[in-house]
Amino acid sequence: MTEASEPASWARRGAEAAPPSASPFRQTLGALLRDPLALIGIVIVALLVIGAVAAPQIAPQDPYDLAQLDIMDGRLAPGSQSMTGMVYLLGTDDQGRDLFSAILFGLRTSLLVGIASAAIALAIGASVGLFSAYAGGRTDAFLMRIVDIQLSFPAILIALIFLAILGQGVDKIILALVVTQWAYYARTVRGSALVERKRAYVDAARSMALPDRRILFRHILPNCLPPLIVVATMRVAYAIMLEATLSFLGIGLPVTEPSLGLLVSNGYEYLLSGDYWISFYPGLALLILIVSINLIGDSLRDILNPRREG
Amino acid sequence: MSGYLFSRLLQTLVTLFVMSVLVFGGLHMVGNPVDVLLSPTATPAERLEVIRSFGLDQPVWVQYGIFLRNALSGDLGNSFVYNQPALHLILQRMPATLELAAAALVMALALGLPLGIYAGLRPNGGLAKAIMAFSILGFSLPTFWIGLVMIMVFAVQLGWLPSSGRGDTVDVFGVPLSLFTLDGLAHIALPAFNLALFKISLVIRITRAGVLETLQLDFVRFARAKGLPEARIVLVHVLKNTLIPLITVIGLELGSLIAFAVVTETIFAWPGMGKLIIDSIAVLDRPVILAYLMITVVMFSVINLAVDILYSIVDPRVRLEGN
Repeated sequence: MTEASEPASWARRGAEAAPPSASPFRQTLGALLRDPLALIGIVIVALLVIGAVAAPQIAPQDPYDLAQLDIMDGRLAPGSQSMTGMVYLLGTDDQGRDLFSAILFGLRTSLLVGIASAAIALAIGASVGLFSAYAGGRTDAFLMRIVDIQLSFPAILIALIFLAILGQGVDKIILALVVTQWAYYARTVRGSALVERKRAYVDAARSMALPDRRILFRHILPNCLPPLIVVATMRVAYAIMLEATLSFLGIGLPVTEPSLGLLVSNGYEYLLSGDYWISFYPGLALLILIVSINLIGDSLRDILNPRREG
Repeated sequence: MSGYLFSRLLQTLVTLFVMSVLVFGGLHMVGNPVDVLLSPTATPAERLEVIRSFGLDQPVWVQYGIFLRNALSGDLGNSFVYNQPALHLILQRMPATLELAAAALVMALALGLPLGIYAGLRPNGGLAKAIMAFSILGFSLPTFWIGLVMIMVFAVQLGWLPSSGRGDTVDVFGVPLSLFTLDGLAHIALPAFNLALFKISLVIRITRAGVLETLQLDFVRFARAKGLPEARIVLVHVLKNTLIPLITVIGLELGSLIAFAVVTETIFAWPGMGKLIIDSIAVLDRPVILAYLMITVVMFSVINLAVDILYSIVDPRVRLEGN
């Protein structure tokens, strides 16, 4: 608990290397960059994000412009050449679509859904958690009962039911993921806020008659950030995986917005005939993305050392 | 204790009610199941007949009232697709899912516990680092994708194990189980391992953390000072204390195994209730979706209750209170 009494310094490990005047954010970042596994994770995530953002510029073809596809090039093995001389690095799918390009575009959708849903869930969950801890009493008990009940159901089940009702679409899957994730953030923030609200600096802020909202968001919330950052990192990875799973099952994204999960699903029927690459490479890209995020999360957990498992 | 049980029962009923209202109302808003039920060539008269026969001409609250009254007498409605009681359809497929989940749980514990204990005892050893790296990988492997890879390697390339279906079953007390036939075991091996992978990682991590923490405690030092053999200290004293957090996790994860079986069942064509719900969502078979939801809520509430009670038995410091 020693780290909690010094709210100005988050980082335990490696904090000594940064100048004492450095912000908690920079201290954490410094410690993160000194962990070789985390560094690998950061580099890969950065490359994947760049690849996804710049997909329209760097992809060899636009995988959804039917004019660029040649059905004669369907299901070519990785490394094959098209008749126009283009090399299909990772092969093509049944439509003659270059899988490398499709994966870059799929990453866009997967990252967008993962990050957007995590950000919205974080905003809602953190607000509820803060409010719950600050209000205390019956309000707190009631809100946490809802959180407990929701967390006793697996995320995939809740997402499944929601999508059964909502149907397919990017906005709908983001909504379903927010519904499944907010409770994790609420519980995490409430846990740390309960500890923080008893501290002297909160009493000081109260005695200055600062408005509640300012105390909550400007004073308590920043000190709840360390565990929240760890949980958020892990949750982004989980959200991306869940979206891919739901899309694979055919209830997530529509065929017009192919995420990585949908690409895997498209290759499913060709797997038994030996054309493994249509399913294999999009899934591998997904795996690399998730492993990298989890490597960062794991290292962050060691650095920030929250008291609870994320 | 009885007060505690009563408050839990009440909580389950409230959850059931809220969930059923939400899902009933939600499903009512999204679409008309008539379009799914009828062939495009149906005449308007046939259409009206179908609407009337399913009670779809009534206002939504009347329909919900009818649903509720029937549900209380154990009738969750007939499937639009199979034209059989939805409850019966789900219960029929439940043994396959439970068997799969149980096999996966046993696998997760049989592999996760020893690996986790080892990693906790020698946290800085090379093998322990490898185990932890594997656990990060296990957390990150998308279940559906690794299932496909397993089919590709073990069924298509090597031809060792079948890629789909359940295999021969034997009736045990009237419940068909595949664990007792060789063919059944061959069929369950891949899907169970697929489902277990994520949980193996989880068990490794929790066991390792528990062992690391317990080893620091005074009673371990005392046991060492007393000259107890290391094996006894680890396997009896340390393990006992590690099991406490593990029980909660196992309980919760059993529920999540049942839910995630949806994915595994789809890939390996395992005839369980997960496959049924995915098919039902695709065709908006409302009674089956609702019945699946009701049954899972009850099932999870029972599992959670069992975990809480077990927890208070294993750790007498925990008291059950009704509030």
